[in-house]
Amino acid sequence: MIRTFRFGFLALILFFIYLPIGVLVVNSFNDSRYGTSWQGFTLKWYERLLANESLMTAATHSLTIAVVAATVATIIGTLGAVALYRYQFRGKAALSSMVFISMLTPDIVMAISLLIIFIAIGIELGFISLLLAHITFCLPFVIIAVYSRLRGFDVKMLEAARDLGASESRIFWKIILPLAVPAVASGWLLSFTLSLDDVIVSAFVTGPGYEILPLKVYSMVRVGVSPEVNAISTLLLVVSLVLVIISQLLLREER
Amino acid sequence: MNEPRPLLILKQLSKTYGDNRVLDSFDLTIFDGEFFTLLGPSGCGKTTVLRMIAGLEDADVGEILLAGQDIARMPAEKRPVNTVFQSYALFPHMTVFDNVAFGLKMSKVPKEEIKPRVMEALEMVRLGDFAQRKPNQLSGGQQQRVAIARAVVNRPKLLLLDESLSALDYKLRQQMQVELKRLQRKLGITFVYVTHDQEEALSMSDRVVVMYKGKVQQLGTPREIYEQPANLFVAKFIGEINQLDGEIVAIDGNHEYEVKVEGMQWTLHAEHNFKVGDRVNVLLRPEDLRVEYLEDVQTSQTLVGKIVERNYKGKTLDSIIRLPSGAELITSEFFDEDDPSFDYSLNQSVAVKWVPGWEVVLPYEAAH
Repeated sequence: MIRTFRFGFLALILFFIYLPIGVLVVNSFNDSRYGTSWQGFTLKWYERLLANESLMTAATHSLTIAVVAATVATIIGTLGAVALYRYQFRGKAALSSMVFISMLTPDIVMAISLLIIFIAIGIELGFISLLLAHITFCLPFVIIAVYSRLRGFDVKMLEAARDLGASESRIFWKIILPLAVPAVASGWLLSFTLSLDDVIVSAFVTGPGYEILPLKVYSMVRVGVSPEVNAISTLLLVVSLVLVIISQLLLREER
Repeated sequence: MNEPRPLLILKQLSKTYGDNRVLDSFDLTIFDGEFFTLLGPSGCGKTTVLRMIAGLEDADVGEILLAGQDIARMPAEKRPVNTVFQSYALFPHMTVFDNVAFGLKMSKVPKEEIKPRVMEALEMVRLGDFAQRKPNQLSGGQQQRVAIARAVVNRPKLLLLDESLSALDYKLRQQMQVELKRLQRKLGITFVYVTHDQEEALSMSDRVVVMYKGKVQQLGTPREIYEQPANLFVAKFIGEINQLDGEIVAIDGNHEYEVKVEGMQWTLHAEHNFKVGDRVNVLLRPEDLRVEYLEDVQTSQTLVGKIVERNYKGKTLDSIIRLPSGAELITSEFFDEDDPSFDYSLNQSVAVKWVPGWEVVLPYEAAH
């Protein structure tokens, strides 16, 4: 009795979460303009999508930002995590908890503060401001992914490497980096997804000259949900899902 | 046997963390080819000494001379010494082979030389068949042996071992003690071993230094340290020992003294020089004491007490005997063929004797 109830409850939760997404995905293949009833399977919305030049430009912009932001955030974040793992310094505990806090900062707060700072130092809103903003909000995720992996390894190992004649840079390349790689890759993928579907921060710091996909979709929705929006959303969903799964698998492996 | 040649000389090493003086003007000479042990309770500075030799920690002041060269300011990666860490500290992402080859690769040993040397080191610790395994596929004892191979393959002038056996269970530890000692003899490398386990120190070492609070308490062979402890700390740290208070009442000369202990006068041997009236501690090892039934005792010159505890230990019968003064003696007697089933009952009165000269008489110190 209790078991059925527990199972039913869980099913209900999942139903609530996934119903809208399911409807969206189904509708992206629905041969009907308004999606109120099933009119048969079609791929025409996807074809229209590819033919929609402004949408494709926005997609290219988004991918560019996501790749560059994820890469830069991963490099900086990995080095930061290595510093936290490798060295003892004053304020280390404060620093690492600040990383957590910045991850939990509401998007809107981060968006406004970034906007203010960009205006204050005179950065033109557009590619650069978007990129800097995306790097900023991706950074803590990379640091935490890499740091929590490294923390699982005995620090004495690094002393052993020194003792065996390895210089500081050799220790980084031969010991720390190979051990961190799964977390580094996972951090990159996570950053990529975060960047690709960010709306709030991007909405504040973007300029008229550089449109990105989530914002484009948002503006399209204002005039009504078109089936192309369903199609592009489905694609975004698939990309995000695949990347998140890969990043989780990378972290789980060999444990 | 050649005259021992000093290999490592530590001069006036000091180290302070905050208010805590971990090492206080520490001097030490270690000879080439010996198995040397730093022994002491945790926090006595023994690990700090080891880490300073390795270069993983800097001394505030002092010199470290290795084969005549001052290495105190040389970075760890340049020093011709290697360490076996307590936690093994193997590289988890490398095979056993690559772990052992790491040091050789770092010092740019020619490629064709690496393989035979690594395999030789692995054979030596009997892990030749495990070269392609990852460390997490090995047992604790095997990982320990990889850590040893990884260090000795570099042919260091000095091998440092930091509590290297303490993570192993009792049986394995005993086995590794024998193995380490054998390895050391075979390689001829000087081993510097750090431990808090006195039994380990006594059974493996050529010489032992007992440390406490950053200072040398005693330096000597295991036998000297066990049989002639220099002070009360050493006596109590190494093995079990009984402690009785006494007072010098007369000097017989030539290190023989008349000492009043437990209300009786005894002729005792002491390495120290005492004056009449000096208070002393008379120390007796439990296994040096002989317990006798009262009816077998012919002389009145004997300690008499009551059995308050008797514990059968398999090899030995350990008893606690309370003397009239309230002091308690622990005795440990082996079963022998004369009387394989001897035993005492609680509250039984017995006599306690020891072989004259086996006592240790030290200046009185308040108990630690």
